[in-house]
Amino acid sequence: MDLFNIPANELIQHLINGLTLGAIYSLIALGYTMVYGILKFINFAHGEILMLGTYSGYFLYYMLCDPTKGGSYVIIAFAVSLLFAMIISAILGITIERIAYKPLRKAPRLAPLLSAIGVSIILMNLASLMFGTKSKKFDYPFDNTPIHFGDASITPNQIMILVVGLIMMVSLKLFVDRSRLGKAMRATSENQAVAALMGINVNSIISLTFAIGSALAAVAGILIAMEFKVYPTMGQLAGLKAFIAAVVGGIGNITGAMVGGILLGLLETFGVVIIGIPQGLKDTIAFSVLIIILLVKPSGLLIKNRREKV
Amino acid sequence: MPLLYTKNLRREFGGVIAVSDVNFEVMKNSITGLIGPNGAGKTTLFNNITGLDFPTKGNVFFKGEDITELPAYKITRIGIARTFQNIRLFREMTVFENVMIGRHFRGNHPKLSRNRLVNFALGMVNLKMEEKDIYENSIKWLDFFNLLPFRDEYAKNLPYGRQRELEIARALATEPDLLFLDEPAAGMNPQETEELMATIRKIRDLGVTVVLIEHDMKLVMNICDTITVLNYGQKIAEGTPGQIQNNKDVIEAYLGKSDD
Repeated sequence: MDLFNIPANELIQHLINGLTLGAIYSLIALGYTMVYGILKFINFAHGEILMLGTYSGYFLYYMLCDPTKGGSYVIIAFAVSLLFAMIISAILGITIERIAYKPLRKAPRLAPLLSAIGVSIILMNLASLMFGTKSKKFDYPFDNTPIHFGDASITPNQIMILVVGLIMMVSLKLFVDRSRLGKAMRATSENQAVAALMGINVNSIISLTFAIGSALAAVAGILIAMEFKVYPTMGQLAGLKAFIAAVVGGIGNITGAMVGGILLGLLETFGVVIIGIPQGLKDTIAFSVLIIILLVKPSGLLIKNRREKV
Repeated sequence: MPLLYTKNLRREFGGVIAVSDVNFEVMKNSITGLIGPNGAGKTTLFNNITGLDFPTKGNVFFKGEDITELPAYKITRIGIARTFQNIRLFREMTVFENVMIGRHFRGNHPKLSRNRLVNFALGMVNLKMEEKDIYENSIKWLDFFNLLPFRDEYAKNLPYGRQRELEIARALATEPDLLFLDEPAAGMNPQETEELMATIRKIRDLGVTVVLIEHDMKLVMNICDTITVLNYGQKIAEGTPGQIQNNKDVIEAYLGKSDD
């Protein structure tokens, strides 16, 4: 069975690649969408939170072990570093919100947006200054030889991305839908004043939202770092694309961010092979999708025509 | 001593004085009415008491304590709840969730320590007990308003009158000692208003002190023990319904001055 003259095994290969890319976009997109859901603004420093989280994980990883040696100790060190990166990112996210966004909560909507872009530029340059602009290799904690099945193959890192992505997304969804704090988050996103009147400490909920979003970004950052590298601008393009994924799915909608991310990952992969967009123009796919969505369905795929709240 | 009182409460917005040095008193177990023409500052006064807005000058005292500076969530936790003139439910949540959330963060379970960390240390037994308490209480308040059949509906899908009731149920789920109702009868037909009056009395009989803003004079005169009248941000009268109905200043504020 050949679809668009592409053999089935190649299609499966592209599907795997698209899904892993999409899972990473989804993880980052969740941070944008959660913050937007509560504060109605785009945290443009999200990519830099990802980058700094990844750096902190990177440094701890290489301090604890020598990944080239392999073995179970390396895997434990990797897990510890991942957790550390999540914690650092979470703290960073909360701190940025407190310093740069909270004082502007009553200001016009453009003000926190500009503040976010400012924070993003500062953090990126700070990272270049402190860590250097040269990209650093992040070694796999395990043997990353591809596993072949049929003519397609999957790398252990891709499996990890899919598994970790799935676990994170399912647990986030359960947390938001079922738990008490999740309920408080939904209440806060619908109406902060009324949430406060229910005894909910809105400031803590906002901090919690930033913490969760940032921690997920750190996970995505480390997953990216192993495929590519660690460098001060690594959060930029990944952040922008995840932002597009969030808009495509319907910003403010958690399921939307997951769907949007996966969709974008698949579109980027299949856009190259099926439509034949040159590899060098791959990044234009995401932005074209953004333009089309904004023209056709600005509220995003998963949100029914939303009225602006008065 | 009154359950709640304000001392020279003043709220200015730029040059506009919305509430001007008002001393407002609410006696325990009473139903107190707050009336006045549109723009008299009634809702502003509510907002300043419930922590959604803060006075320019003056203080609010509840159970003898100064609560002027407390944020809204803390005011809820010490026992003040409110509803809004324009209904503000969590529209994307179910009826049951709306009521449950009122209880979740109250943190006043008699058998539990107020300290969440201690709760965790004591283990899941207490958490389960708390969950059970939340569940049972939410059911209780839904039942009080006959909302049980709508339990799993989204709040936004309820008919208007039902939404008003749900908002009161949600406020009561925080177990308040004092409940502020902002125009509870707005948009209701005479029969619904009649039912609402009975409900408000029932709430008072449960030991909850009620303060209400209302334009429906029949309702106000019928159920209020005392009435405070605001006009242009100032308190112009205070007394029983009988006294208010015959008060010259009040009649003037509502109908204008007669020439003779």
